[in-house]
Amino acid sequence: MNEFQKYLSKRVLFAIVSVLVIISFDFFLFRLMPGNPILIDYRSPALTRQQIEALSKQFGLNLPIWEQYVLFMKNTFEGNFGISIFYKQSVSSVLFPALYNSLILLLPATIIAIFLGIFTGKFAAWRRGSASDGVVTGTSMAIYSIPTFWLGGIFILIAIKTHAFPVSGMYVTGAVYSSVFAQLSDLLDHLVLPLATLTLVLFGQFTIIMRNSLIDVLQEDYINFAKSKGASDRYILNKHAVPNAELPMISIIAVNLGLTVGGAILTEVVFSWPGIGFLIYSAINARDYPILQAAFVIIAIVIVLANIIADILYSYLDPRIRYQ
Amino acid sequence: MSDEFDFWKEFKSNKKGMIGLIIVLFFAVIAIFAPIISPYNPNTTNPALFLSPPSRLHYFGTDTLGQDLFSRDIYGAQISLIVGISAGAVAIVIGLLAGLISGYLGGAVDEVIMRIVDFFIVIPALVFMIIIAALLGPSLINVIMVIGLLSWAPTARIIRSMVLSIREWPFVESAKANNAGKIYIMFRHIFPNVTSVLYGNAMLAISAAIFTQAALVFLGVGNVTSISWGGIIRDAYTSGALTAGDFSFILPPGIFIFVLIFGFIMMGFATEEIMNPRLRTIKG
Repeated sequence: MNEFQKYLSKRVLFAIVSVLVIISFDFFLFRLMPGNPILIDYRSPALTRQQIEALSKQFGLNLPIWEQYVLFMKNTFEGNFGISIFYKQSVSSVLFPALYNSLILLLPATIIAIFLGIFTGKFAAWRRGSASDGVVTGTSMAIYSIPTFWLGGIFILIAIKTHAFPVSGMYVTGAVYSSVFAQLSDLLDHLVLPLATLTLVLFGQFTIIMRNSLIDVLQEDYINFAKSKGASDRYILNKHAVPNAELPMISIIAVNLGLTVGGAILTEVVFSWPGIGFLIYSAINARDYPILQAAFVIIAIVIVLANIIADILYSYLDPRIRYQ
Repeated sequence: MSDEFDFWKEFKSNKKGMIGLIIVLFFAVIAIFAPIISPYNPNTTNPALFLSPPSRLHYFGTDTLGQDLFSRDIYGAQISLIVGISAGAVAIVIGLLAGLISGYLGGAVDEVIMRIVDFFIVIPALVFMIIIAALLGPSLINVIMVIGLLSWAPTARIIRSMVLSIREWPFVESAKANNAGKIYIMFRHIFPNVTSVLYGNAMLAISAAIFTQAALVFLGVGNVTSISWGGIIRDAYTSGALTAGDFSFILPPGIFIFVLIFGFIMMGFATEEIMNPRLRTIKG
């Protein structure tokens, strides 16, 4: 095995162990909690007798706990999360459409915020210590401190006053569309406010990350060498500094993905965006534990996967990391 | 001790740090003297004052129960500071211990602790907290523990990386040569050299905890029964104040959270700047 393969297998092993730990945690958390919510809810009068029997059998609720655990692992890997107490359908048929809706919001917001963050971070780092750096850094820190769920509320207030944009959901309720474009334009209308909220809160974070990565790079000898060679500021920044600062940024962004997801959940709740965050929120109020249990596992697995992809990408782009 | 004296001198001349300190002290005073400052008992209801607009009697208006929002916003500072500082302290203590042990002992212990740290850094903390807080039920101590126990990993990682270089310094060598015990070296020789970074991290951990507590209450989990800024924002949504276009309900608690978090972050960044000369701004 060469260095890269060694590194790769170590990371993959870590990801697999993480996923197993997450699933185990998920199992014991929900089962060992006071009142044993799973048992209580599967005996709820909202379910039919047949459903209760089918569930008891499927999850082995009368088996010893370690057998239940093995069964739980098996069910999770088969994508079988049981039946939602509230929706009375299989959890996966509720969860995966919600995950898809979340990505519609999360992906554009992250991408826009990263590009804006690179731009402003670059601006601030190059003028380090100047008044304009102070303004950019101060503003970014301020934006970073704004509570997501409050900013969304302010947007809602303004939007309602000015009748500018819809403030809740993904589409007009019960709307029938004449064409795909009409549907798309309705979706975009609904996307404006949540996207603006999420992009803004992420933007502050990415600016600070980019600025600090760049400042580190700008101290390197090769930057001084480029300067002494007489290269222009713009050339040094764009050709030497930014490519090297982008690398650490990839891993910092991946590590902060948990935070990003947190921001997305709050944004979804504020705007009733039917994503996985809003689903979790409704599930807490409806005491819909199977949904909570599955949502937790899915989000955690997606984040672990994203991190390992970032790790591999990083070590592929920067071979130095493998030899550490 | 001369080290800390220099630190304070640097901190005093750091604009960000001083702004942060003044903000935090301001809210501390508000929280401590809340019973004196607030014009009304924050829990006194008055059905005649359903969502009344701001007036000279009620600066921020009243909520659906007729409770004075100005008084509630003042009392809200208490929970934010209590949860923020306690949860931050839990996170910092665990992070410090894990980082010291991991970095100094090295080997298999280090490997295990660092994989646990990786795990806690990667997992989506808010989702975790929502679920645990919802299952545990509302209580102040639960919220503090949930936030603290899930936020120590970044501190552990930074402390470890510092310990890795400090343990190679000559004074540690000489302590070892004098037969000093591992625990003694860790706390007597290495710990004093990481305190400054620890302060910076503590500020960031506190600001994150304040945000998280408010977010949890907003989502309806955590200590929902006490008066808090997150709770007031939640009330603003559920009361219909937003639809009615009432700014005085939602604006103040959000601004308070924002300013208090900003204060702690400023202090944290200032500490980091003082300790890491690379980030220090060039004067003149």
